[in-house]
Amino acid sequence: MKRKKITVAVTGLNNIDNPGPGIPVIRGILESKIFDARIIGLAYESLEPGIYMHELVNKSYHIPYPTAGSDILLKRLEYINDIEKIDVLIPNFDAELYTFMKASADLEKMGIKTFLPTLAQFEERQKTLLPMFGKKYKIIVPHSRPIFSEKEIYELSRDFTYPLLVKGKYYDAYISYSTEQTKMYYYKISGKWGLPIIIQEFVEGTEVNVVALGDGNGNTIGAVPMRKQYITDKGKAWSGITLDDSSLLSLTKKIIKKSKWKGGIELEMIKTKDNEYHLIEINPRLPAWVYLAVGAGQNLPEALVKLALGMKIEPYKKFLKGKLFLRYSYDLICDISEFEKLTHYAEL
Amino acid sequence: MIINKKIAVSETGFIFNPATGDSYSMNPIATEILEMLKKDMSEEEIKNFLLEKYDVNKSVLQKSYDEFIDTLIKLNIIE
Repeated sequence: MKRKKITVAVTGLNNIDNPGPGIPVIRGILESKIFDARIIGLAYESLEPGIYMHELVNKSYHIPYPTAGSDILLKRLEYINDIEKIDVLIPNFDAELYTFMKASADLEKMGIKTFLPTLAQFEERQKTLLPMFGKKYKIIVPHSRPIFSEKEIYELSRDFTYPLLVKGKYYDAYISYSTEQTKMYYYKISGKWGLPIIIQEFVEGTEVNVVALGDGNGNTIGAVPMRKQYITDKGKAWSGITLDDSSLLSLTKKIIKKSKWKGGIELEMIKTKDNEYHLIEINPRLPAWVYLAVGAGQNLPEALVKLALGMKIEPYKKFLKGKLFLRYSYDLICDISEFEKLTHYAEL
Repeated sequence: MIINKKIAVSETGFIFNPATGDSYSMNPIATEILEMLKKDMSEEEIKNFLLEKYDVNKSVLQKSYDEFIDTLIKLNIIE
């Protein structure tokens, strides 16, 4: 079968020890049997390794940080699109999604398709609103609340018992065993990601995650559950295994059906000793471990591209259980001229 | 005692629970016992077989056997 030629722009090329999902998403797309994809990397930093992975990324461009606003981003994308004629754009960072969602209609006018959650979907699963999300969709969610000042840390004992979790609004989470530790993490996280800081009840159990894709009409196009086998000091999975867990899959399908989720999603849950699932976080995009789903038989990045292009798609019905992924680090050697070209012309 | 249906046991004594992602390695005698449990052999039959095959006295075998079965139950390998 002749593969359809497409151009896909992808962010999240920071394939570092806390990796962005860009490279695994690209690997899935390049393994597609229906697409012959040219990959355009969109990077915020000059040292995002994906920029220099020429076997995976055909060309890369610097783009402005989300804080610069949609207008500046759109201008930059207009320039890139004039050269590259992008068919589909896949943003992969939580912190940039809002800007891309806001810009999606303008992107569409440029001929660039996206497949992102709606603003309402994006908002209601925010960490600060998770308890309400749980209530609305009848899902067990640990007690949590946002705090905006150090003063509130001293009042936490009214609502919480230690240990508890201290979380950033986008990234980072630490287990805290005392007020002093909470204070330390409060400043550590807020200095990086701003306020509020989310305080969440600590639920004892095994963390299990699901990567899934919703079509926006309530259907789950694919879903693969995973348990982290090896976790880095940043709490990231360095190894994981696919699970045969029908209850977790049913819960995932329920969330996607009820919320009519559109796009990639990662659900983070704690499975307790009593086999109860507590939803601790929803990430509104495909996670960095999505290539495990590809390896287990569900090419979710390819499916996301199909949905973005409005192609007909059949939901995946199965995946291989007991498939492991093992992340590894690898030194990429490149010439200073490449770095120079990127920093000077903002493209490589 | 019934072995959890989802549990996969290889000939080498590697156990994998696909529901939890847990895996364990058994020594040859543990593998042998699990094989016998799979064949629905009773506790008496298994112990008699082991007493005949290995140089072990009854009380030591009983203690070890009980400990092993307890571990299998705790790990949800048998019900």
